[in-house]
Amino acid sequence: MSFWKRLLCASRRRSPWIFHMNSGSCNGCDIELIAALTPRYDAEQLGILLQGSPRHADILCVTGPVTHTSAPAVQTVYQQVCGPKAVIAIGSCPASTNVFIDSRVLVGPLNQIVPVDVFVPGCPPRPDAIVRGIAAAASLLAERDGAAVKAESAAIPAAAPEEVRS
Amino acid sequence: MNLLAALGRFLIFPGLLFAVPAAWFVLWLERKLVALMQRRIGPPFGQPFFDFIKLLGKSTPARFGVNAMLMRAWPLIAVSASLGAVGLLPVLPTHGGFEGDLILLLALMEIPAICLIIAGFSSRSLFGEIGSAREAVLLVSWNLVFLMAVVSIAVLQRSFRLEDLAAAPLTSWRYFGLFAILLCLPAKLHVNPFSLPNAEQEIYSGPMTEYAGFELALWQVSHGLEWIAGVGLVAALAIPPSAHIWLDLAGVLFVGFILVLVLSLISAATARLAIDTTVRFYWQCTLVFAAAAMSAALFTRLRS
Repeated sequence: MSFWKRLLCASRRRSPWIFHMNSGSCNGCDIELIAALTPRYDAEQLGILLQGSPRHADILCVTGPVTHTSAPAVQTVYQQVCGPKAVIAIGSCPASTNVFIDSRVLVGPLNQIVPVDVFVPGCPPRPDAIVRGIAAAASLLAERDGAAVKAESAAIPAAAPEEVRS
Repeated sequence: MNLLAALGRFLIFPGLLFAVPAAWFVLWLERKLVALMQRRIGPPFGQPFFDFIKLLGKSTPARFGVNAMLMRAWPLIAVSASLGAVGLLPVLPTHGGFEGDLILLLALMEIPAICLIIAGFSSRSLFGEIGSAREAVLLVSWNLVFLMAVVSIAVLQRSFRLEDLAAAPLTSWRYFGLFAILLCLPAKLHVNPFSLPNAEQEIYSGPMTEYAGFELALWQVSHGLEWIAGVGLVAALAIPPSAHIWLDLAGVLFVGFILVLVLSLISAATARLAIDTTVRFYWQCTLVFAAAAMSAALFTRLRS
């Protein structure tokens, strides 16, 4: 592995920027995700930053069982995140739809909409579990080799045109 | 010889080779100090450097309906302009080299903000447009005070040449002008009470909403260089010239560190102001200092 590759991998591990997306969650997991960024849990010591724009993020954090209304939005935001990227399903809802299972307003667990890399189970999960999940996703980004990364980043912008507001 | 010294200033000190690591250091210092004031541990040393490398390795989105070359050009222009501004800083007053003047320095310091405004509009994102409009209003509000304060310092010294300004003995009126410049720095650097253009969680990331990867990395470097240029200008003008060049340099670095500390304290202790409050603050409260510094400078000059 060349020096540049090693540096890039270390940087990916040390600087995960997250984007938070709610896909019909009860807000329990959202509150816990925000709690993970507060001074008490201080996610910034791992380089974790909450970004305002999906364009800036590496990791998409999705909460909630994906509803009919939010499924296209989840897909759009997933396409807007630039590669290499990872998706974290926060809570039991995006993993299994939890207590809302068989509801007619759901289009199923998150992995039927976008590929999920890390599951953080819990209803809601503790903030330390969420921080650990983000760290795991960051290591995953660092471990994926250059070839896989290139294929992924090449496939995603070409597959779906970006939404441009005019 | 002269050309060589000028190149040295732009490429080594205080230019490229010094300024970019210093920009990362200042960005890290600001985040770390804010974290410490919130009783957190904060980002590890060198975090902005790792952010930069990571952003270099990310892809940029395919753009439809906007001019992709233009979008790419703005951060490049911003970085080159702020690098030029840092290269002009009068921190090595006795060594000669390229003699820039204050007008050129001010012009170069304005260009990144103007690039940011145009970039937000040319991205055609709704949030980018709101952020750019806010940045434009902010620019108009603090620039009046900033330019008046800088011109008052120049009038006091009867020179626009940076070397003369840095080498001139300090008067108490210059501190008045420097204080007015210092009041403008939070708005220029978008730190917290005036973080309107890139208001996080409010309008996504303002003008930078559509930027990613390499271009975003350049914006970050440009922002860090703006820190160096703004803080460096105040520090270089605030240090009285001494016989020893190393003493001068140490003084500039020390004052720069204190300024970053003060700005971080302000950013950690305050919340974001609304745009009308910001404009009122600069045009009603801060303008007094600039006007006083200006009239005092004119008065001193007429009397002598």
